[in-house]
Amino acid sequence: MFKIFRYSLSDLLRSSWSYFYFSFYLLLGFGLLFFNPDVSKSVITLMNIIVVFSSLIAVVFGIMYYYNSREFIELLLAQPIKRSDIFIGQYLAVSVSLSLSLLLGVGIPFVIYGVADADLVKNFLVLMTAGIFLNFIFVAVAYNIALYHENRIKGFSYAILFWLFMTLIYDGLFLISLMMFKEYPLEKASLAATLFNPIDLSRILILLRLDISALMGYTGAVFKNFFGTTLGLTIALFSLLIWVILPVLNIYRKGNKKDF
Amino acid sequence: MIEFKNITKKFGKLQVLEQVDLSINKPGIYAILGPNGSGKTTLIKCLLGMTIPTSGQIFVDGQDTKGKWEFRNQISYLPQIANFPKNMTVTELLRLIKTLRKQASAEQPLIDVFGLKPYLNKNMGTLSGGTKQKVNLVLALMTDNPIVILDEPTSGLDPLALLELKKLIKIEKEKGKTILITSHIMSLVEELSDEIVFLLEGKIHFRGTVDALKTKTQTVDFDEAIAQILKPSHV
Repeated sequence: MFKIFRYSLSDLLRSSWSYFYFSFYLLLGFGLLFFNPDVSKSVITLMNIIVVFSSLIAVVFGIMYYYNSREFIELLLAQPIKRSDIFIGQYLAVSVSLSLSLLLGVGIPFVIYGVADADLVKNFLVLMTAGIFLNFIFVAVAYNIALYHENRIKGFSYAILFWLFMTLIYDGLFLISLMMFKEYPLEKASLAATLFNPIDLSRILILLRLDISALMGYTGAVFKNFFGTTLGLTIALFSLLIWVILPVLNIYRKGNKKDF
Repeated sequence: MIEFKNITKKFGKLQVLEQVDLSINKPGIYAILGPNGSGKTTLIKCLLGMTIPTSGQIFVDGQDTKGKWEFRNQISYLPQIANFPKNMTVTELLRLIKTLRKQASAEQPLIDVFGLKPYLNKNMGTLSGGTKQKVNLVLALMTDNPIVILDEPTSGLDPLALLELKKLIKIEKEKGKTILITSHIMSLVEELSDEIVFLLEGKIHFRGTVDALKTKTQTVDFDEAIAQILKPSHV
């Protein structure tokens, strides 16, 4: 697995996409931190962009990488290596390369702006944790979609749809259901619903840390009241971990069964 | 050496292989023939574990191959469609396969034979179909393995390269290897193969030597014999 991982990673790190993605975050980080006097506001803006944008890039890039390396995968399958090593190795390489772009792109401005500020460092770490989780989750989902769909157009559409669902439609449906059932106590239901959306989970993770959850809507407030900060953070982190583990297990399972 | 036991493969409703039993016990060149869609490539991919049979077992050297990967250390494989990662150079590709296979490899003589030297630092995406096939051949033949599988080895090759390929296959045979070839070039099959396995609609329809096929179909010409065997009276 390590060989495939290393090879794919070096291939990815040479691609112009990685640099483009890295420079995007670099510019964004500098722009927000240096031209906005209020750091916590910049962090929130940065959070919103990272949560939405990095998940989109992860799902698109993941599916693109799989389809582009389709022939390569066939070549590898005839070699004396374990089947699952190919898929898991590639998956890790894509996720790690995207995470590196994010980490360095946002990290460099943060370091220059103020490493001494302990609070800022903590905020940065939480932001990166959420972003990296989202990369690993959305690339895993993309790989799952690609493994089930030979048709590239279909695969792409499902990938984009999944992202759209998690970023927009889910919240919409969530709000509509809250309105419809407003006579009932909905705290627990809304809590449960949040756990099924990695985007919401990473938002909560960041908001709990920034201690502004009450400002950012219903779910955040409920989450905080129900679990408190520490338990809330643990539960959010744990759920994100599940969101990584389950799709990866399925890549492993499907990768061993699929016909080429 | 290689044994297919009751191999059935379905892709959804489409049945590609139907209870194929085939054992290959002695070294030599075996041609797997059959019309388009008769299951040749699927049979080969099942052997390699790239396609998972719906039912049945495959043994290589007496070992069940299901879920295993180590047995691929003994197999060299030339895929039918030579599609490679486009942004990789020929040298990089060779290096990668060498690291993956962890075997001694002799690519240099093959590179010379096929005249690939000027292309070594070119990206795979910029190569012509025939040149890609030559790279494909180098990748497949550079390691020394007891089983060699060549799926349409001639596709896209110029006459000179074809001649070289025939020589190479003969050399491999002399080393005592088991070589499986699929091809639509009948003259190549007639010239090289020790035995023919003829697949039709996912079943083995004929197995034997070229001469046996000619006798069975009462023809002197190999092309004619193949045409005959496809006729209803023989089916």
